[in-house]
Amino acid sequence: MLNPKAKLAENIFSKPDEKPTRDGFGKGLLELGEINPEVVVLCADLAESTRVLAFKEKYPERYIELGVAEQNLATVASGLANYGKIPFITSYATFSPGRNNEQIRTTISINQVPVKIAGSHAGLSVGPDGATHQALEDIALMRVQPNMTVLSACDAEEAFRATLAAAVYPGPVYLRFARANTPVMTTKETPFEFGKILEVWKGKDPEVIVFATGPLLYNALLAAKELEKKVSVLVVNVHTIKPLDTDAIIKLSKKAGAVVTVEEHQIAGGLGSAIAETLSSACAVPIEFIGVHDRFGQSGEPKELIEHYGMGVSAIVDAIRRAKRRKVPSGGKAK
Amino acid sequence: MLVPEKQIVFIEEKARLIRETIIEMLVAARSGHTAGPLGMADIFATFYFQILKHDPHNPGWAERDRLILSNGHITPVRYATMAHAGYFPIEECLTLRKFGTRLQGHPERTKLPGVETTSGPLGLGLGQAAGYAYGARMDGKKFRTYCFMSDGEQDAGNVWESAMFAGNNKLHNLTALIDRNNIQINGMTEHVMPLENLRAKYEAFNWHAIEIDGHNIREIIDAVDEAKAIYEKPTVIIAHTIPGKGIKEIEFDYTWHGKAPSKEEAKKFLHELRTMKGKIESEHE
Repeated sequence: MLNPKAKLAENIFSKPDEKPTRDGFGKGLLELGEINPEVVVLCADLAESTRVLAFKEKYPERYIELGVAEQNLATVASGLANYGKIPFITSYATFSPGRNNEQIRTTISINQVPVKIAGSHAGLSVGPDGATHQALEDIALMRVQPNMTVLSACDAEEAFRATLAAAVYPGPVYLRFARANTPVMTTKETPFEFGKILEVWKGKDPEVIVFATGPLLYNALLAAKELEKKVSVLVVNVHTIKPLDTDAIIKLSKKAGAVVTVEEHQIAGGLGSAIAETLSSACAVPIEFIGVHDRFGQSGEPKELIEHYGMGVSAIVDAIRRAKRRKVPSGGKAK
Repeated sequence: MLVPEKQIVFIEEKARLIRETIIEMLVAARSGHTAGPLGMADIFATFYFQILKHDPHNPGWAERDRLILSNGHITPVRYATMAHAGYFPIEECLTLRKFGTRLQGHPERTKLPGVETTSGPLGLGLGQAAGYAYGARMDGKKFRTYCFMSDGEQDAGNVWESAMFAGNNKLHNLTALIDRNNIQINGMTEHVMPLENLRAKYEAFNWHAIEIDGHNIREIIDAVDEAKAIYEKPTVIIAHTIPGKGIKEIEFDYTWHGKAPSKEEAKKFLHELRTMKGKIESEHE
């Protein structure tokens, strides 16, 4: 059943509201414009689609246009942050942190200045634009840089709160957002703590734990619900991929004894990798990975791409069953 | 600005001492770059002992001028100059590139107070300097931002993105200085990837451009004064310099871009630099 402490939306399984996570980011920037005069927004010719247009209109003096120049986007932001501003740099994730990765590494991460990197249109949800615009490597790119933190929002409400949290965090932050409409699962009452996981679905004495990040959390919830009478599942929302909430993840994984990870990202280097790195040195549990398996995307509707690349509800259901079958009986050997 | 002859001699003597320190630190480090640091010694000395508003005892002073070194590989000249200006003991220069040092092979902001940013990978300084200048102008701050670049790094696309941004935003509180020494790792800049007409390129990007002899202290001071008087656009000072300046046998030799002198060579070089002291004084008599 849904974890009552997560205070998720009441209409979550009936008819959830649908919004893109980038909308929550845009709303967050507007709020920050109001409460924090040091926040500035840098844009690389994508004001409408990255949802910074409203900020631009309300706070034109704090909006900086870079043109189609993502390398300069990062370096100018580094200078602004070094001076004392809190710059949010915005583009599609394929370009930032994709194209400007080295600029981020040298002038933001090694330099330890508090630039907030907002990568929109992450995952397959760009849909018809095709492989060139579908960022499936961004979590990996950002996660490997020391000093960088990585936030991946599951819905527009969480995106709003992640944006506010990023502004007060004293170091560099990567914020991952998506283009497509996706269900709004969380509410204003849902706990959001930077660096902490949140249990959203709790079966009794869970046999399998599902760690999910981003809008695919919804598919993980649907999978858990579908298996409600057959497999007891714990679904956990991991909005902070770095720093990972390792203690809690190890504790819960040990207890459940089998793990599934879910993300709209390459299997290599994403949330699944982060969880596997953590668990492999702490406890022996089988892990099943839901994500994109070393392939680029293609044009299509977001939902059909999610199915095609093996991240649909049925794929998660299968992964949960597989993880359960692979469980090591306590004190015994793997079957 | 009318600068007394005595002050010019003082700066030239500082530059000579900085060159000595550069050789001493490079030979101790057994690796590093020689040509660029020697070529930029006069400019660094002029900035730290005449132009910059700064306080060696309070490197974080909010109103200080910012000097962004984009081509981080010439950092020995910055370290040596900072030491001579009183930021840290000159002896610490000998820790360059060694384990645990604050004087990293390429400079890091978080390691040594007074180093404004982390640099080394080329082409990234001008954007940062533009960000600094933009932020300062937003807040009505009076300090100026300077960005030193090499000529070789003008090959990098990021430089031109930043030049376009600064020109478009008329960042008159930003002054770039290009060390035009005509060499890069693979050879002469005009052979590897021609840059000329460099001045016209910046002018086309809405910059005010000045060309100077980068070893003439008065020309350096005058160029910065001119930059301060330009209110419509950023200024680039193209400083023509001699790589390896001060040591005749390595001047203009691009093979000295990325190597340090041996002990024997250092002895010879230091001797040459020490005999320069008499020359500086006699030139101003």
